[in-house]
Amino acid sequence: MELNCKHVWAYISDYIDDSVPPELREEIERHLEHCEICSAILDSTRNILVLTGDDRTFELPVGYSERLHERLARELADETNAPTTG
Amino acid sequence: MATTERDEAGLIARILAGQKELFHELIRPYERMVYMTVFSIVRNETDAEDCAQDTMVNAYRHLGKFRGEAKFSTWLATIAVNEGRQKLRKAKRAKEDSLDEPIEGDDQQITPAPLTDWREIPLEALERKELRETLRTAVAELPGIYRQIFTLRDLEELNVAETAAALHINENMVKVRLHRARMMLQKRLAPYLKTTARAKKEFWRRMPWN
Repeated sequence: MELNCKHVWAYISDYIDDSVPPELREEIERHLEHCEICSAILDSTRNILVLTGDDRTFELPVGYSERLHERLARELADETNAPTTG
Repeated sequence: MATTERDEAGLIARILAGQKELFHELIRPYERMVYMTVFSIVRNETDAEDCAQDTMVNAYRHLGKFRGEAKFSTWLATIAVNEGRQKLRKAKRAKEDSLDEPIEGDDQQITPAPLTDWREIPLEALERKELRETLRTAVAELPGIYRQIFTLRDLEELNVAETAAALHINENMVKVRLHRARMMLQKRLAPYLKTTARAKKEFWRRMPWN
């Protein structure tokens, strides 16, 4: 079966996650070898994921961690809140 | 979240046995995940921070109920999702950003946007602040159900099973919605990149729509 571009687009996400069956993977790769459009879509999607994983893209508010641990310290200091094994 | 070398079960046992200060250490690797998870639901920094704190406090109070059948991180993500949803309901914003109703057109194909070859520019482009800003905005504007899946899978790198467990949906739905989320973002960011990338004239001339 010859894959067309639309087929490939439908599998891009699974392809990136390496969750397509080996045979289909091969077919997708054969298509990508000669299709610049699909290659560019694949690369751009991958790059979005790289950018997403960059901690500078989605930053925590300044002081978040300090405030969190302060709250936890207050919580831990209160014996009535101690976790039980029940 | 590469914490497999940590003995979390041991830490948890010690906390429950009375060394409660260790709870700080237990949750440290998950501070970011919890914040991003609740932020993907409540969508503003103040509420997200409140929710993140409540999540950790609740995790502490109910630590004895954690049985170790799931990973601690998954258990925590589940609490975070619940906290976020509760907050959203309280804020009565649930209507405009429904969590439970199926999104129409879930089975509809999203067509990605063709663009010039990113392979020519990635490093310098990915370093650009504006691009990060654009991505943040694009993610914030995704419909809730897609934003949450994208956040758990691609931002916090939970696997499909963990994401499904945290959001109380099945794994196939995670995959389908993640695909749609990624394609929506690709489509959204493609034009932005097209204007900044040096277009390869040869390439564009061969595009079918020219």
